[in-house]
Amino acid sequence: MIKAYRNIAVACAILASGITMSAPRAAAADAKMLTIDNFTFGPSSVTVAPGTTVTWTNRDDIPHTVTSTTKLFKSQALDTGDTFTYTFTQPGTYAYFCSLHPHMTGTIVVEAVAAR
Amino acid sequence: MKDESKRNGGGIDRRKVLECMTWAGTGVLWTISGGVPRSLGIMNEAMAQDAGGLTFLQISDSHIGFDKPANPHTSATLEEAIGKIKTLKAKPAFMIHTGDITHLSKPQEFDDAEKIISQAGLDVHYVPGEHDVIDPDRTLYRERHGRNAKGEGWYSFDQNGVHFIGLVNVVDLKAGGLGNLGEAQLAWLESDLKDRSASTPIVVFAHIPLWTVYETWGWGTDDSARVLSALKRFGSVTVLNGHIHQVMQKVEGNVTFHTAMSTAFPQPAPGAAPSPGPMKVPDEKLRSLLGITEVTFKRGQQRLAVIDTPLKG
Repeated sequence: MIKAYRNIAVACAILASGITMSAPRAAAADAKMLTIDNFTFGPSSVTVAPGTTVTWTNRDDIPHTVTSTTKLFKSQALDTGDTFTYTFTQPGTYAYFCSLHPHMTGTIVVEAVAAR
Repeated sequence: MKDESKRNGGGIDRRKVLECMTWAGTGVLWTISGGVPRSLGIMNEAMAQDAGGLTFLQISDSHIGFDKPANPHTSATLEEAIGKIKTLKAKPAFMIHTGDITHLSKPQEFDDAEKIISQAGLDVHYVPGEHDVIDPDRTLYRERHGRNAKGEGWYSFDQNGVHFIGLVNVVDLKAGGLGNLGEAQLAWLESDLKDRSASTPIVVFAHIPLWTVYETWGWGTDDSARVLSALKRFGSVTVLNGHIHQVMQKVEGNVTFHTAMSTAFPQPAPGAAPSPGPMKVPDEKLRSLLGITEVTFKRGQQRLAVIDTPLKG
């Protein structure tokens, strides 16, 4: 019985240390899912923490792109159901648009303390 | 300005123009006399007229590769459009394709489109749509259809005394903007027109409308004002576009703007839906919203007739 408790304690300790070690990585792996519907990025403006990986999914019957206005990132043409991901590591405001339908625009704001 | 009297005398009121426009989808012969449109009647009556002069065909927005509910069979409807062209009594001089030949700029889509379109047995002058320049290096379109063109694929040619200009307004689009021609192309256009006589009939064709149809949906071209300025002194100017998958017409001075139906799927009227995306209609209605455009120029009368004919209906 005592041995069993000890084993549980050891297991907990390992688990706890694992959690401690992976905590920074957990923050870096934050994810934000965006959609493209009806020729609109949704939501068109979002605020995320540094290290957030943003994923856009095209749900239109027409291809779109996710293209940075500063050429920082550019997706291939996304057909229906295709996704594009980009990880924002540095704080700042990132404007983007669809290079096929440029009236479609959006903004990703990266802030150290994200108002999410 | 020698056509001033004709222009003033041949006018019809706005209500009549709109009435004619509602017919356009079912095939109306448009006669443009000195810039004023005049409908000569419905399709059968129109076809009976001796057109004479130069006749050419416009097809647009084939979207080969598109297989969504709005039309899962875009190759079949393109074949039907080509079939319709083959049955025309008077063989057109050539054909123009105003872009979106393919849906995703894939080599196979270009090849499939070519296989079908070539069955018309006509020379085809292309301009690209935004769907034709999706490949990262934008080489597939130019290798196939823009070898002798300038820049991204613009060019001009003459036929029966009419000067034709193919423009590219689907490349290097700016965030928040509309279609874009760019400085290099505009400079070329101005130089191309510079020494031409003002009596030369001009036909300009490009994918995205060169007039602002509906800004909210991006249906216009940011720097088209410079094109129109360069065309101002010409007595007969016709601008043919695609992109919006429906017939629309506007007359501004000596310039007639016209957009063609798609051979693939219809799109909603401006603002009539949440987005300009493909419009699913009942199967039996689809072919009444797809079609071809026939354009005839009659020398000496400054007349240009535009007939839009649906695949069915």
